[in-house]
Amino acid sequence: MKVSLKWLKDYVDIRLTVGELAERLTMAGLEVRGIEPVGGTWDSVIIGEVVGLGPHPNADRLKLATVNVGTEQVSTVCGAPNINVGQRVAFAHIGARLVDSHTGAVVVLKPAEIRGVASEGMVCSEKELGISESHEGILVLPPDAPIGVPLAAYLGDVVLDLEITPNRPDCLSVTGIAREIAALTGETLHLPEIHYEEAEKSIDSFASVDIADPDLCPRYCASLVTGIKIGPSPIWLRQRLNSYGMRPINNVVDVTNYVMLEYGQPLHAFDYHKLRGRQIIVRRAVDGETMTTLDGSQRALYSETLVIADKERAVAVAGIMGGLDSEVTDKTDTILLESANFNQAAIRRGCGRLQFQSEASIRFDKGLNAGLPVLPLKRATQLLLQLAGGKAAKGIIDIYPGKSEPKLVSLSTREVKRLSGLKINIDEITEVLTALGFECQESDSRSQISVSVPYWRSDIRCAADLVEELVRIIGYEKIPMTRLGSPLPAQKSRLSPTARQSNLRERLGNILTGLGFQEILTYSLVSLEKLQKLSPKLELTIPPLKVANPMTREQEYLRTSLRAGLLATLAYNQKFEQAGVRLFEIGKIFLPQHPHVIASEAKQSEKGKELPQEKKMLCAVLSGARAELSWQPDKELLDFFDAKGVVENFLGQLGLKASFENSDDEGLFPARRANIIATDDKVGVLGELHPRVAQAFELSNTVYLIEIDLEKLLTRIAGARGYQSIPRFPSVIRDIALVIDEQVSYRAVEQAIQSFSLVAKVTLFDLYRGEQIPEGKKSFAIRIIYQSPSHTLTDEGVDRTQEQMLARLQKELGATLRS
Amino acid sequence: MLEHLKDLHAQALEELNRIDNPRELELWRVQYLGKKSSLTQSLRSLAALPLEERREVGAQANEIKTALESILAEKQRLLQETFLSSSRESGTLDVTLPGRPLPTGRTHPTTQILEEICDAFKSMGFQVIEGPDVEWDYYNFEALNMPQHHPARDMMATFWVDTGVSGKARLLRTHTSPMQIRLMEKERPPIRAIVPGRVYRYEATDATHESMFYQVEGLAVDKGITLADLKGTLFDFCRCIFGEERKVRFRCDYFPFVEPGVEVAISCLACSGTGCRLCGNSGWIEILGAGMVHPDVLARVDIDPGIYSGFAFGMGVERIPMLRYGIDDIRLFYGNDLRFLRQF
Repeated sequence: MKVSLKWLKDYVDIRLTVGELAERLTMAGLEVRGIEPVGGTWDSVIIGEVVGLGPHPNADRLKLATVNVGTEQVSTVCGAPNINVGQRVAFAHIGARLVDSHTGAVVVLKPAEIRGVASEGMVCSEKELGISESHEGILVLPPDAPIGVPLAAYLGDVVLDLEITPNRPDCLSVTGIAREIAALTGETLHLPEIHYEEAEKSIDSFASVDIADPDLCPRYCASLVTGIKIGPSPIWLRQRLNSYGMRPINNVVDVTNYVMLEYGQPLHAFDYHKLRGRQIIVRRAVDGETMTTLDGSQRALYSETLVIADKERAVAVAGIMGGLDSEVTDKTDTILLESANFNQAAIRRGCGRLQFQSEASIRFDKGLNAGLPVLPLKRATQLLLQLAGGKAAKGIIDIYPGKSEPKLVSLSTREVKRLSGLKINIDEITEVLTALGFECQESDSRSQISVSVPYWRSDIRCAADLVEELVRIIGYEKIPMTRLGSPLPAQKSRLSPTARQSNLRERLGNILTGLGFQEILTYSLVSLEKLQKLSPKLELTIPPLKVANPMTREQEYLRTSLRAGLLATLAYNQKFEQAGVRLFEIGKIFLPQHPHVIASEAKQSEKGKELPQEKKMLCAVLSGARAELSWQPDKELLDFFDAKGVVENFLGQLGLKASFENSDDEGLFPARRANIIATDDKVGVLGELHPRVAQAFELSNTVYLIEIDLEKLLTRIAGARGYQSIPRFPSVIRDIALVIDEQVSYRAVEQAIQSFSLVAKVTLFDLYRGEQIPEGKKSFAIRIIYQSPSHTLTDEGVDRTQEQMLARLQKELGATLRS
Repeated sequence: MLEHLKDLHAQALEELNRIDNPRELELWRVQYLGKKSSLTQSLRSLAALPLEERREVGAQANEIKTALESILAEKQRLLQETFLSSSRESGTLDVTLPGRPLPTGRTHPTTQILEEICDAFKSMGFQVIEGPDVEWDYYNFEALNMPQHHPARDMMATFWVDTGVSGKARLLRTHTSPMQIRLMEKERPPIRAIVPGRVYRYEATDATHESMFYQVEGLAVDKGITLADLKGTLFDFCRCIFGEERKVRFRCDYFPFVEPGVEVAISCLACSGTGCRLCGNSGWIEILGAGMVHPDVLARVDIDPGIYSGFAFGMGVERIPMLRYGIDDIRLFYGNDLRFLRQF
C-alpha cells in the first residue's frame, strides 16, 4: 500500500521525521518497504503564470509563451495543445532535473534553441515532473497556486510504501494507517466531517435493492446523485491517486477510488439510466450467463459467482469488477453509488474462476466488515457533490441482512503478563486500546476489562489478539529477554527411529566425506523420463507419485530413487572434472502405499488416499580416475573394488562386517553387481551401473554405484559391536599361495581357512593369472595370521593346523599349493 | 680365564673401531654383548668356578661388560650424528613438491548449516525431530488457522498431489510448521523441539526463489512460557549463528498460527545497519518468523490455552550461508555444480 504523507497529515499530526515514522510503523507490524520523495528533484521548478502566448515563427505546432515566475518574465517554446494565457503552470529553469518523456530517465534541462528560437526553460507536463504518466499536455495548477513559489513547496510530498499483512485490510486505507500513527504517537485522529445537502426526493423512488443471496452479501448500501457533470478531477485528487499508483479517469470514478483508498471500502458507480427496471438484485450468477466487464472482455459466469444485476441482466461481478454496459461515461448525469459488503470466500472463488483481481477484490478478499460501508458511501456522495455537482437523493439505501453485534473480548492484566511477559496496568492497557478504536469497559475487578472490538478490526477475536495490539503499540523492544525456565521434556525422541536415522545420517556423512565423497542434495521432484532411464528396459518398477500442478516437466514426480538425481549430477559435473568424481546423497524417497490407486487418479477415492512411505536412503556414485593427476602417478580408473572397499570401510566404522552375494538389481550390470548383506539381512546393493543406463544419462567412464537403505542399516547396527580382549599371546604369520579353479570364489577359500579356530586374520595379497599357472586356474597369495587366546603357539602346532587346512582346501575346493 | 676376557675386550674394541654403519654395529653388539656372546657365557658359567676365582672373574667380566656397553652407546651416538649430517647434505627434499593427493569430500553447505542450527538449539534443550514432506492439507493449512480460502494461503503457493482442495488433499508441505500439530497431537507439555526439513513452493525460480528449500521449525510449549522467553531464546540463537556483535530486532508481524506474531531480524552483515543493497537499505535482515502459539491451535490439539502457552518459530536455512558467504543465487544450492559445492 502506497500512501502519501501529505494525505496522512489530513487526519493526524505527524511530528516525527519520515525516517522515524517509518521505523515506528515497521516495528508495529506495518513494514515500510520504501520511502519515495515526490518532487525531490524539483529544485529549479517554480510556479509561474502564462502571461503571453504567440506563434512560433518557424513551426505551426509550437508556440512562444511568456511566463511570469515572480521575479522575472521568461520566454519559452511550448508545444502543448492545452497551454493558455492566465494558467498557473510549473516552469522549469535551465538546470532543472526532469523526467525525459521518451526514456523515463531523469535528465538535466539544457539551454536549447528550438527551430531557431532560444528557450529559457520549459513548461512541464505531469510526466516530466514524475507525478504521473500523463504527457498529453502541460500540468495546469489551480488558479490560486502562488506565483514564484517553488513547486516542491506546493506539490512536494513523500510516499511511503507499506507492506500490509493479510490480517489488516483496515490498513489498506489512509485513515487506517493514520489511526495506527495516532495510536503509536499519542496524537488524535481527525476523520473528515461528512455532511451534504439532500434533495426532497427520496432515493427509494429511484431504485430498490433486493439481496437474493444474503449469505454472500451481508450488506448493500447505495446513494444516488442526479445532475452531475463528468469532468477531470482537480490536481490534488489526481496527485493522490497517482501517489498510490492509480490512474485518474474522471471525477466520478476518481471519487470512488479516492474514498476506497481513504476508508478501505470499495465503491462502484453505476450510470443510473443504464440500469433497467430501477432495481438492483444481488444474486448468484446462472451457469452459462455471460457479461462484458469494464476491461472489455466477455466473461463466462458460474453459479458460485455473485453478481449485481438489474431486472434483466448482470451489470457487475460483485466486488470484483463493473460491467461495461452500466459504466459511467462522459454523458452520464445520474449516478447510483454502491457501497456493499461481500462474502470473502465468494470473492476469492470468483477471482480464482475469472483469473482476475482488482483493487476492490483485493480488499474484499482479506475480509472486510459489514459495519464499514455507510461512512465511505456518505463521504463519496459528499465528494461527488463537491467535484461533479448535482443533487443527492434523500437518504441512502441500506439493506443489512448480516447485521451482527460488536464482539466483546475480556482481557486481564494477568493474561497480558502470562503471554507477553510484560506487566502492564489496566490504565495503560485501556489507553492503548482506546487509541486504536477499542471500547474498554472496566469490570468489577481492577485487573480485568471487557473490550468491544470496532467493526474495522475483524482480525481481533481473542485475548491473545489484544495482547499483540498492546505489545506492538508499546513496542516489542520493551519486552524483556528471558531464557526458558520450564522443565525439559523427557528425551525420548532421541531414541525414536527418525532421531536415530538422522544421527546415522550425520555419521555416514562424516565417514563418506572422509573417504573423499562430496555430498550433494538434489530435488525431490524429478521427471518421469529420468526415473524410467534408471532401468535398461525403461520400465518403472514403482509408479511414482505425481504432482497435480507441476512447474516444469523436469520436476513432476516424487522421486522413488536417489539414483536419478545423482546420475544427472554426475553427468553434469563430468564435463568440468579431470579426476574421478565421488558423490553421495542421503535423502528421502517416496513410495506410494497403494500404487493401483495412483494409477487411476481420476477415480481416486478419499478412502484410498494415504501419504506415501518416505524412506531414507543413501546413494553414492564413483567414476573416473582413482587419483588426481600427480607427479607420482596412479593412472588407474576407479573400479568395482573401490566401491566395495568404500562399503566395507563405512560398514566397518559402524561396527558391521559386510558380506556380498549376487544381486538381481536391474539398474546394475549383471556381471558386476552384489547385494550387501549385514548380519544376515540385505541392506543395499553395489555394482557397476548398467551401460545402457549410463548411456541414457550420457555418462562417460564406467560408473559404480552404492545404495543403502538407512532404515534397514539401522536395525543391523543395534548391538553390532562386542568387545574382545586384546590378544596376550604372540601371533604367527604364514603366507601361502594356492592354485585353484577360476570358478571358485575367494569367499569360499576364505571361509574354509577361517573355519580353523587358530586363524585370527586372512588377507588376500595377490591375485595372479598367467605364466606358470594353468589355463582356467588362478593363484591366490594369502597371508594367514594364527593366534591363540590361551597360549603361545609353537611352530609345530601351526604347521599341523596348516596341513589340515591345505588338505581341506584340496578336498573341498580343489586347491593346491603353488610350488 | 682372566686372560681370555682381556683378549676379548681388546678384540671387541679393535673391531668396534672399524665399524662405520649401524648394521655392523648391531652384529657387533650381538657378538660381544648378546645372549650367546662369550662374555655373557662366561658370566653364566661363573657358578662353576671356585669362590675365590668366581669373585675375581666376575668383577672383571662385569667391568668389561659395562665398559663395552658405554662405548657402544657412544658409538651409536656418533654413527647417528654422522648419518644425520650426511643425509642433511645429500637427502634434502624439495618440500615444495605437491603432497600425494587424497580425494576430498565435503558435506553440502545446507547440511553444514543445518548441523550448526540443530547444535545451537540442542544445547538449549530442544530435541530434533522430522516429519513427512508429503502432507495433508489439514496439517499444512487447516490446523494452522488457514482454512480454505484464507488469504494467507496466497503467501504459500502450493504443489498439490491431489486436485480438488480440501483438508484431505495431499500436498508438498509449504513449511515445516505442520510438525507443530503432529508433535502436539502426540506429546503433552513440556514440549521443546525443532524440525529441520525440506519445504516446497509453487513458485517460478530466480536468484532469491527456489521451488524447494529447507526450513527449521521450532516449538516450545509449557506453563508460563512468554514472549520474553521467545525473545531470549531467539536472541541467543542469532548471536550463536551470526556472532556476538550482531544486533537482533524483534518486530510485530503476522502469521495465522501465532499471536502475537514476531519477525526476527539481525543487523545487516554487509553494512552493519547503515543500509546497503543487501538489506534493501533498511539495515536489517529478516531471519526468522515467530510468535506465541495461537490459542486456537493449542485448543485444536487438546492443550488448554488457558493453562499452557508456547512459542513457535521458523526460518529459511539457505539464507544463512547466502548471507555469510555472499552467495547471490539460491539456485546454486541444488544445482549441485561441484565448482560451487567444493567451496564450502
